[in-house]
Amino acid sequence: MNRLNQLYAWLMLLPALVLLLAFTHIPALTTLWHSLFFPARGRRPSEFAGLENYRSMLDDAVFWQAFYNNLWYAIGTVPTSMGLALAMALWVNSKISGRAALRLAYFTPTMLPMIAVANIWLFFYTPEIGLFNKLLNSVGLSGINWLGDPNWALPSLMLMTIWKEAGFFMIFYLAALQSLNKDIYAAAAVENASPLYVFRRITLPLLMPTTLFVLVNAVLNAFKLVDHLFILTKGGPNNATNLLLYYIYENAFSFFDSNYAAALTLVLLTLLILLALVQFLLIERRVHYR
Amino acid sequence: MPTLTRMFSFTAAWTLGLVWIFPLLYAFWAAFHPAEYATRFDLFAPLTLEHFVTAWQQAPFMRYMFNTVMITGLILVFQLILCTLAGYALARMPFKGRSLIFALVLLQLMIVPEILIVENYRTLAKLELIDTWLGVGLPYMASAFGIFLLRQTFKTVPQELEDAARLEGCTWLGVLWKVYVPLAKPTYLAYGLVSVSHHWNNFLWPLVVTNTINSRPLTVGMAIFGAPESGVDWPVICAGTLIAIGPLLIVFLIFQRRFLQSFMHAGLK
Amino acid sequence: MLRSTKRLLATGFTAFALSTVAHAQTELTMYYPISVGGPLTDVVDGMISEFEAQHPDIKVNAIYAGNYNDTRVRALAALNSGQPAQLSVLFSIDVHELMGIDAIVPFDEVVETDEERAWLNSFYPALMENGVVDNQVWGIPFQRSTIVMYYNKDAFRTAGLDPEQPPQTWEEMVEMGQQLTVRGSNNEVDQWGLMIPSTGYPYWMFGALAMQNDEVLMNSEGNETFFNNPGVVEALTYWQDLSGKYAVMPQGMIEWGTLRQNFLEQKTAMMWHSTGNLTAVKDNASFDFGVAMLPANKRLGSPTGGGNFYLFKDASEEERRAALQLVRFMTSPEQAAHWSIATGYMGVSPASYETDALKAYVADFPPAAVARDQLEYATAELSTHESGRVRKLLDDAIQAALNGQQSAQEALDSAQNQAQRILSRY
Repeated sequence: MNRLNQLYAWLMLLPALVLLLAFTHIPALTTLWHSLFFPARGRRPSEFAGLENYRSMLDDAVFWQAFYNNLWYAIGTVPTSMGLALAMALWVNSKISGRAALRLAYFTPTMLPMIAVANIWLFFYTPEIGLFNKLLNSVGLSGINWLGDPNWALPSLMLMTIWKEAGFFMIFYLAALQSLNKDIYAAAAVENASPLYVFRRITLPLLMPTTLFVLVNAVLNAFKLVDHLFILTKGGPNNATNLLLYYIYENAFSFFDSNYAAALTLVLLTLLILLALVQFLLIERRVHYR
Repeated sequence: MPTLTRMFSFTAAWTLGLVWIFPLLYAFWAAFHPAEYATRFDLFAPLTLEHFVTAWQQAPFMRYMFNTVMITGLILVFQLILCTLAGYALARMPFKGRSLIFALVLLQLMIVPEILIVENYRTLAKLELIDTWLGVGLPYMASAFGIFLLRQTFKTVPQELEDAARLEGCTWLGVLWKVYVPLAKPTYLAYGLVSVSHHWNNFLWPLVVTNTINSRPLTVGMAIFGAPESGVDWPVICAGTLIAIGPLLIVFLIFQRRFLQSFMHAGLK
Repeated sequence: MLRSTKRLLATGFTAFALSTVAHAQTELTMYYPISVGGPLTDVVDGMISEFEAQHPDIKVNAIYAGNYNDTRVRALAALNSGQPAQLSVLFSIDVHELMGIDAIVPFDEVVETDEERAWLNSFYPALMENGVVDNQVWGIPFQRSTIVMYYNKDAFRTAGLDPEQPPQTWEEMVEMGQQLTVRGSNNEVDQWGLMIPSTGYPYWMFGALAMQNDEVLMNSEGNETFFNNPGVVEALTYWQDLSGKYAVMPQGMIEWGTLRQNFLEQKTAMMWHSTGNLTAVKDNASFDFGVAMLPANKRLGSPTGGGNFYLFKDASEEERRAALQLVRFMTSPEQAAHWSIATGYMGVSPASYETDALKAYVADFPPAAVARDQLEYATAELSTHESGRVRKLLDDAIQAALNGQQSAQEALDSAQNQAQRILSRY
């Protein structure tokens, strides 16, 4: 019977496991393998390259730019969208008037495909005829070439990403807030604690597990979400908005160098795993479990 | 709360809300008014449907929509089946190496299929599944998130219920189907909604594996339709955008309370 | 699994079709890109159905796959994964790369009769420059363009300029540009003199400036570039100066995609753009506009651009013959004329301008002939091995210089070094 159970268990796991292995674990390993070769060119077969792809990566200014862009992009989007998400959740969870409508407004960007809203934002950002510059001009300020100026391009993308994501993270905070124990707040009210104090000493610590969850997701998104680049900037001007995954796509599917793309993928994978570890180690200690 | 703080809080909350909804409102404005009003706001601007007609003629939206529905549906069905089986095995069936398997599953939470487009594309090409619905769906069917979510839910089901069903002569699958699945309904709903909205909006992987309108979903179709190269025509693009997001948006508006609660439910775990 | 079922069904249907119809149908799959405005897919579909009506034994699936880059990716992906694709319209400049991965066959191998061989020579020579390598024809011109200058005649009149005298030299372009730049009360520019797009295809625009300064960007073998020749650097400096020193063009990047909109909304009096946009501009302009050849510095010049027909290697003998028939149909004088009128792309052969349709159109709307007239001064556009990478190097250098991140010299030196490192393998 026990042996039979084991068999059943494996049978039930099998389909999921096969697909997971085929599309996550094995590709992660073959990425490493393929990164050690040069691409085949026509009749010339693929040659073993050793670490040559990695060496060219170290010399590749575009790679470094995409790498740092991605870090800035994460730093620029993650805390802001999480902070906004928390604020939104607190508002929507309070007795504010019209909160159902408000909740809807916050959440709607999450429902829209990035690729479609990117086109709408392109209109906001376009110089001369775009909405933002018309607004600036109407109050007597000169316009900005939002996506065309390397100093503004990445922040402009960040702004749009924050808009897209905050509502999504709000939901997680909202869920957590609604499940909080009301007694603690009653006790705090008896103690006459200030709202700020309550927020800092009770709400925030109790939300720590959610914060961890949202943080992991937000960081992951900062590295995997590049849809808007296809419409807004294509990584330009002069790579000012190039991000790692987009650069991987370019190498694999525009330059037909899937081997160099594999080396880049490996860097991204390593980075993500490291970040995940750091986040867990740093925050695990501060999470208050029930 | 003092009135002043409340006033401030109210204003801030609603300012943010308006900013957040504005792009969608703008899309409606541009799509329903003649092109010369795209950048001019006039309450009495005449309404028109011409942009919808143009957009509809410029791209096979029905076909794209059909593909999106099939792809999302295919993914969802397989996800539900695979994740239920795997989640149950991981929650309730003791076997050797369970924690290792669980760890392997969780790894996919970090190493998402999007990152591995290059290798997965190779695999799909070998399987000759490029430009098929199945090809778009395959990497997502075994979802670590789904397995994890269902495992957690199944763990909360009282063991006694299972034992009782077992006494009545139910098999493993019978127990799963009659006891666990009904009790996990809210989780299924929540997960289903998350999955559908994610795959309805997914872009990068479908861009890579689809070639023709045989499998091209709405997002990729939108990207081609609205590609800046061909000269941006905002009213038409906005109309196309509304066509593309319409079904999901309508469903969302009708079921929004349910929808948000389900999302929250998913977040809770 | 799904595929094999489909295949089974397909075989079944084919068998059925074979038993009922006397001739077997040859089925062709063709990918094509669109990179300019207007409902061009309808035009292509119309041409294809006309072809099918004339050739009932050939069925064509024409697949619109996005911009040039997307289309190349799609077509090659189809080949790699065993899906049919016998021919495609791809970037004229992809020829070295397509040859490098052994994907295409020269037309010389497919043509059989003398008449067909003569057909190979019926196109404008400048349009063949990107298609002929090693004395063999690999690409047949289809949606081909040059860069032309669109200008707003009303704006010229307002500025006191002669609307029939667009600038013919770099100096004139600057002078007129300054007169055409209109500032509002708060010193904000309401209308710029000129816009040259610097996203999308900056290397292409730059090819024009370099040629006008009597320089080329690469050799015809596609294994050497000349990005930092003094004349080339000078050309980039001039482009920089247009927005810097002369202030006739806005600072920073100018979007390829939104530029037409800028011109139509009269935010710029002149723009450089593909002639493929001509019909879209004509249909939407609310003012009197003209089209002129690009101005000269040491000489006139513009690179050609756009897409050629290629034949893929992976096709049967019948399919190749059928594909050839399709290409011949699509580039025939009548169809080329129809295509040119519908889009603004040029008629690819002198014969197409001799058709009644195009003759009448040009007589009625002279701008339609500007791109053709400019062909006399045109050259191939940047085309090298690993063209995607090399192109990006130049694009990045141009953008770095225009954004003031680097001087023209620095930017082009670095692009040249990197390009040579890549090309040293060929």
